[in-house]
Amino acid sequence: MSYLSDITGGIKSLLGGMTVTGKYFFINFFTRKEVITEEYPDNMDTLKMYDRFRGEVVMWHNENNEHKCTGCSSCERACPNGAIEIIWKKEVNPETGKAKRAIDKHIYHLGMCTMCGLCIEACPTDAIEWGQDFHHTTYDRTQLTKVLNKPGSKVISGTKE
Amino acid sequence: MIILSNFSNIHQWLLGLIQNAVATRVVELTIIALAYLAAFALIGLLLVLAERRIAAFFQLRLGPNRVGPWGLFQTVADALKLVSKELTGTVKADKFLYGLAPYFVIITALVSMSIIPFSKEVQVFDINIGIFFFISVSSLGVIGIFLAGWSSNNKYSLIGGMRTGIQMVSYELSVGMVVVTMVILSGTLQLSQIVALQQHTWFIFQGHVSAIIAFMVMMIASTAETNRTPFDLVEAESELGAGFHTEYSGMNFAYFFLSEFMNMFLSASIIVVLFFGGWLSPFGITAGIPFMGLFWFILKVSVVIFIFMWFRWTFPRLRIDQILTLEWKYLLPINMVNIVLMAALVWLGLTF
Repeated sequence: MSYLSDITGGIKSLLGGMTVTGKYFFINFFTRKEVITEEYPDNMDTLKMYDRFRGEVVMWHNENNEHKCTGCSSCERACPNGAIEIIWKKEVNPETGKAKRAIDKHIYHLGMCTMCGLCIEACPTDAIEWGQDFHHTTYDRTQLTKVLNKPGSKVISGTKE
Repeated sequence: MIILSNFSNIHQWLLGLIQNAVATRVVELTIIALAYLAAFALIGLLLVLAERRIAAFFQLRLGPNRVGPWGLFQTVADALKLVSKELTGTVKADKFLYGLAPYFVIITALVSMSIIPFSKEVQVFDINIGIFFFISVSSLGVIGIFLAGWSSNNKYSLIGGMRTGIQMVSYELSVGMVVVTMVILSGTLQLSQIVALQQHTWFIFQGHVSAIIAFMVMMIASTAETNRTPFDLVEAESELGAGFHTEYSGMNFAYFFLSEFMNMFLSASIIVVLFFGGWLSPFGITAGIPFMGLFWFILKVSVVIFIFMWFRWTFPRLRIDQILTLEWKYLLPINMVNIVLMAALVWLGLTF
C-alpha cells in the first residue's frame, strides 16, 4: 500500500521540516541568539566588520611610521581602472651613497576603485591590504583621492621586491 | 442579536436616553457595526505585524522594530501610507467590476466575522445554522478574487484569478466535509451550542481518532482556502507578480491584503470553535469571571494562527497539479472515510 505509506511519509517529513524551523523560531523568539541582523546605526561603536570585508585599500604602517612599499608599481599596473598612481622620488642611501628609488606618494582614488583586489594580489611585499572601514561618503569628490603612505614615512629597510 | 440581550444594561440605558424602541435598536446596531469595523482593522493590523515579526524570527532576522515599542506602530504607518496613495488602475480595465472586487472580498470577511463567538457575551449573530452560514458566506470571497483577476485586464491577474478558482473551490470541499464530520459529533449547527457542548471535554478529545484526523485535514484545507503559503500560487510572486491584485494600489490593495489576514483569523476561529472549545477555559479554571472567555478565545486563535505562520515559513510552494493531487486524491478520500468513522464512533457511543 504505497498510498498509506505516502501519507505517513508525507506527514513525517512535514513535521521534520517544522521541527527545524520551529527550533530556530523559539531560540530567536526567547533569546535572539541566532539573529544575525546588525542594528547598524545603533551599534556603530561596537560594529566590527569581518576580515574578508573589502572596504578600502589601506597601507600598513608599523609604530616607527615605516611601511613595506618599495614603489615597484605592480599595483599601479595591475589596477584595471587606473585608481592607483605612484609618485616617485630618488632617495640617497647615506651609507653607500647610492641613489635608490622610493615612493613619494601612493595615491589611491577611492572613487574609481571597484574593490576587485588585483592590486593587493599583485603586491610582492604585502604592503597594501584591505581596510574594513565603509564610511566613505563625502560632500566633495576630491576627498575620495587618498594618499596611502603617511607623511614622512619610510620603507622598512631591507624590504626586497 | 444575542449581544443586545446580554448587554441589557446598556440596552436599558440607551432606551432611557432615546425613549424610542426602533431608534434605540438602530443606534445599537450602529455602535456594534463600528465596534466590529474597529476590531476588524485592529486585528488585521496586528496580524500583519505579527506575521512580519514571526517571519523575521524564523529567518534569523529581527523584523520591523523601529516604529514605536517593538515596532507596534509599523503597520499603522504602513496603512497611513496606503490610505494616502493614489488609486490607480489600468485603462482597459472593466472599471465597475474592478472597483467592486475589493469590497466583495472585504465584506464577506466582515459578514463571516459576525457569527464568530468571541465569548459568551460577545457574539453579534447567533443563528441556528451558524457554521453553515459561515461556509456559504466565506465562499463568496472567491468571487471577489475572481472579479479582480478578470477585470484587471492583465495576464498575471487573470492567471492568478483562475488559479484561485481552482484552488478555493477544491479546498472548500474539504473544509465543508470536516465541518460535516464535526457536526455529526455535535449534532447542532449553532456555534454557541457547539461551544456549550464542549463544556467538559473539547471536541478534539471527544472525537479522539476521527477528530484528530479532521483537525489535520482542516489545518491543511484552511491554509489552502486562505491562499497562504505553501498554497499561495494565486499570488505567486516569482511567477505572477502579485497575482490577482497586481493592478491594485493604495487602499484597494490594502483591502485585499487585510481580508487575507482576516480570513486567516476567521479560519483559525472556526478551528478553535470546532475543536478546542471556543471561548471555554481549559478545565473551567476561569469559569466564573466575566469576559475571560474573550481572553481564552484570542489565546487559542493566536496559537492556531501561529501554526499557520509556521507552515508558511517552513514549506515550499506547491505546483498547481500537486495542489489538486493533494486535495482530490488524498484529502477528499481521507475525509470521506473519516466521516464514516465519526458516524460509526457516534453510533456506537465510543465518543467521550
